Amino acid sequence: MTNLSRRKLIKTGLAATAGVTGLGVAARIAQKYGLIPPDHGGIYGLGETLTYASQRMLTRHSLAREFPQSQISKRPFANEIPPLSDAFKSLQAGGFADWRLSVNGMVDRPATFSLAQLKSYPSRSQITQLQCEEGWSYIAEWIGVPLSHVLSVVGIQPQARYVVYYSIDPEWWESIDMADALHPQTFLAYGMNGDELPVGNGGPLRMRLPRQLGYKSVKFITRLTVTDSLKGFGKGLGSASPEGGYAWYAGI
Amino acid sequence: MARLGYVQASPEACVPSSASSVPATTVTSRHSALVRATHWITTLCFLALLVTGVEIVISHPRFYWGETGNILTTPLFKVPIPSSRKLVPTGYGYVLPDQNGWSRYLHFQAAWVVVLTGLLYVISALFTGHMRKNLLPGKAHLSWRPFSAAIANHLRFKPPAEAEAWSYNVLQRLTYLFVIFVLFPLVIWTGLAMSPAFVSAFPATVTVLGGQQSARTIHFFVSLALLVFVVVHVVMVFLAGFWSRMRAMITGRTNAPLERT
Repeated sequence: MTNLSRRKLIKTGLAATAGVTGLGVAARIAQKYGLIPPDHGGIYGLGETLTYASQRMLTRHSLAREFPQSQISKRPFANEIPPLSDAFKSLQAGGFADWRLSVNGMVDRPATFSLAQLKSYPSRSQITQLQCEEGWSYIAEWIGVPLSHVLSVVGIQPQARYVVYYSIDPEWWESIDMADALHPQTFLAYGMNGDELPVGNGGPLRMRLPRQLGYKSVKFITRLTVTDSLKGFGKGLGSASPEGGYAWYAGI
Repeated sequence: MARLGYVQASPEACVPSSASSVPATTVTSRHSALVRATHWITTLCFLALLVTGVEIVISHPRFYWGETGNILTTPLFKVPIPSSRKLVPTGYGYVLPDQNGWSRYLHFQAAWVVVLTGLLYVISALFTGHMRKNLLPGKAHLSWRPFSAAIANHLRFKPPAEAEAWSYNVLQRLTYLFVIFVLFPLVIWTGLAMSPAFVSAFPATVTVLGGQQSARTIHFFVSLALLVFVVVHVVMVFLAGFWSRMRAMITGRTNAPLERT
C-alpha cells in the first residue's frame, strides 16, 4: 500500500465516521427540539422532515397574514363534506345545544365543554385565508376561542407535545404540535363573517389554523386529547391524513 | 492532430489544460463529475416535479389572479382537462382518481433535492470557474456576429461546429443562465409563496406577486417555460448527436470531433 492510498483511506474513513456521527447527532438534536414529524418514515420522510424542521425553526411564532374586511370572499366556498351521521343530525335538530367538546389526556383537569361555555370565554376573530391542498382558497372572518385558552382552562402538563383532535366522525382526526396548538391564531371556531359557523364550513365547531392547509382545519370537533407521543394513535403516523397518503404537516 | 489545432485556435472553448498533451486518438474530458451528477439529479427531480405537478393541477385545473379563487369565482383561465374532484365543473362526465397524497409528498421532496442540488451546482460553478469559463458569455461572444451566426445556425437546424462538443455556444450560455438565474429562482419563489407557513414568516414573498392565487398561476407558467426548455434541450441533443452528447454527460468524455470526421 502506498502512502497516498493509505492517506486517502484514512481520510475517507474519518470523513465517513464524521458524517455518520454528524447525522446521528443531528437526528438526536432534531428529536429533542421537536423537528421530526410523525410521518418521517418511508420514502418521503426526508422531504417531510426537511420541511417541518426548517419551518419549525423559521415560523414557530410567525403570524398568518390577516386581511381587511373588504377582502372577505363574497361567497365562501364550502367544500364537500362526508354524509352527516344521524348523531350529527339529531344534535343539529336541537340547535347544537347538546354539542360537547371533551378534553382529556395529559391535562390536570379533564373537562367537557358545551358551545355556550366555549362562547363565554373571550372571543377572538381573525380574517384569514383558508387554502385547500387542491389549489383553491377563500378569505373569511373566523370567530372563536383560541385553543390556547381552552388548554389553559384544563391545564396542560409539562410533558405535553401534541394535541390530537377528532371530528364527530372518529375516522376524521388530526394532530398538531404545541407550537401550533398554543399559537394565537389557532382557534376553535364557532362563527364566521359575523354569524354562526355554517355546517358546510364546519359548524358548529371547527379547528382553525391558518398557517396550515385546510385539511388540518377539521370540521365538527368533539374531542381533544393532549399527549406526549403520537405512537398510540391510529397507525402512529400522527393523524388520519398520512394514513390516507397525505402529509401530517401541512404548512408546506 | 486537426482537433488539437482547433483547440488552440479557440481559446474560449472549455478544454482542460492537459488537453494539449493528450494524443488525438484518446477521448477528451468534457463535463466534470459534479456537473454530470447535478445534471442527472436535476433531470430526475424535474421529471418527478412535472408528473406530480400535473397530478396536483388535475385536482383543480382552474387558475386565478389575486389573493383567492375557487369554483364560485371567475377563473383567469381553465385547463381543459378532467379533474380528480367531482365538485370542479370541467364538462367531462367523469372524475379521475385522486393522486394528490403521494404527488404532494414527492413534489416537495423533489423540490428539496433539486434546490440543494442547484445550490451545490451554482456555488461550485462560482469556485471552479465553470461559471466564468462555460456559462458567462466570453469576450468573443460579446458582439453581434457570433450571436447572429448562432441564431442563423439554429434556424437552419445546422449541426453544431466541432468546438461546441467542448464548449457551449452563446445561445446555450444565455439560455442556461436564464434557466439557472431566472426560471429556477422564480419557480422556487412562487412555490414558497403558496406555503401558508412560509409566508407567515415572510409575507412579502406573496404580497409582491399580488396574492397567493397569482403565485400559483405564475408557478404554472414558469413550470411551462421550464418544460419548453427541457423539450428544446432534448431536441438539440438529438440534433447535435445524441450518443456523443449523452456520452459526454454520462461518462464525462467526448470524442465527438473524431466521430464527425
